[in-house]
Amino acid sequence: MRNSIILAALLFSINAFATTPQVLLKQYEVQAKQENPAFTGFSAERGAIFFRAERTHSDGKKVSCSTCHTSDPRNQGKTRANKVIEPLAPSVNPQRLTDAAKVEKWFGRNCRDVLERACTAQEKGDYIQYLVNLK
Amino acid sequence: MKKWMQFLVLITSITSASVLLASGGEGGGSQMPPVTNAKWKAECGSCHMLYHPGLLPERSWNKMMAGLDKHFGENASLDAATRDEITRFLALNSADKQDNRRSSRINQSIPASATPLRISETRYFISKHDEVSASTFKRKSIGSAANCVACHKGAEKGDFSESQVKIPR
Repeated sequence: MRNSIILAALLFSINAFATTPQVLLKQYEVQAKQENPAFTGFSAERGAIFFRAERTHSDGKKVSCSTCHTSDPRNQGKTRANKVIEPLAPSVNPQRLTDAAKVEKWFGRNCRDVLERACTAQEKGDYIQYLVNLK
Repeated sequence: MKKWMQFLVLITSITSASVLLASGGEGGGSQMPPVTNAKWKAECGSCHMLYHPGLLPERSWNKMMAGLDKHFGENASLDAATRDEITRFLALNSADKQDNRRSSRINQSIPASATPLRISETRYFISKHDEVSASTFKRKSIGSAANCVACHKGAEKGDFSESQVKIPR
């Protein structure tokens, strides 16, 4: 009895934010349609361009997603403070895109760091589509 | 008291005193005691090495945690509950709450009017690293003075003992 309560609690806690890339894409699709009634779907090509697009930050430095994640999301990256970032592509790192809260946390931080604004649902969906398609 | 009893008391007190000295007793040692908190480990350790709470006084940690949206030029925002839990953990184990020798010395080297965010700006840090040149800190294998673990292997556990220092090429 006690074991099954612990098991149930464990499953619940794992499930609280557990997700799959496909479920995430669905959720961002709902948001994207709200943001833009003319939404026509996500594009891995747009995601790839977004990933490498370099812009000049207001502090004068050039930044892009690939500054820290390298130009290939299947590679390990490195933070500005010298810490390894595990690959973003689920094909080489199955842990990726399986925790909705984590995904939102990092979009929240990194969009502001790179773009100095929040990302749109369209951009997030394109990005995830790009990562998912990488084999 | 009989002679042999006096002798026994003497031996016992010498032994316990040396054990206390070697272990640093309950706190009060030379190294910072290992401390841990799951949220601190996960949130503060994903972009940089884990800085032991005993490296800065409470006021520094409070200031740091109140400005996470501009954390050394990066956005490191947390949800309020996580931020508050980590702030409490840092405060509880901060340099002014610790009784190990290193934390006390760091704390004493900071003027009461100052609230440093960088450990490397404290007088203690500067005097301890005066023989390490700026170009050494800039080596690819080190990066900057903020990367303690590059030379102090046990840094994340609070061990900065000089005998463990190994400066990479």
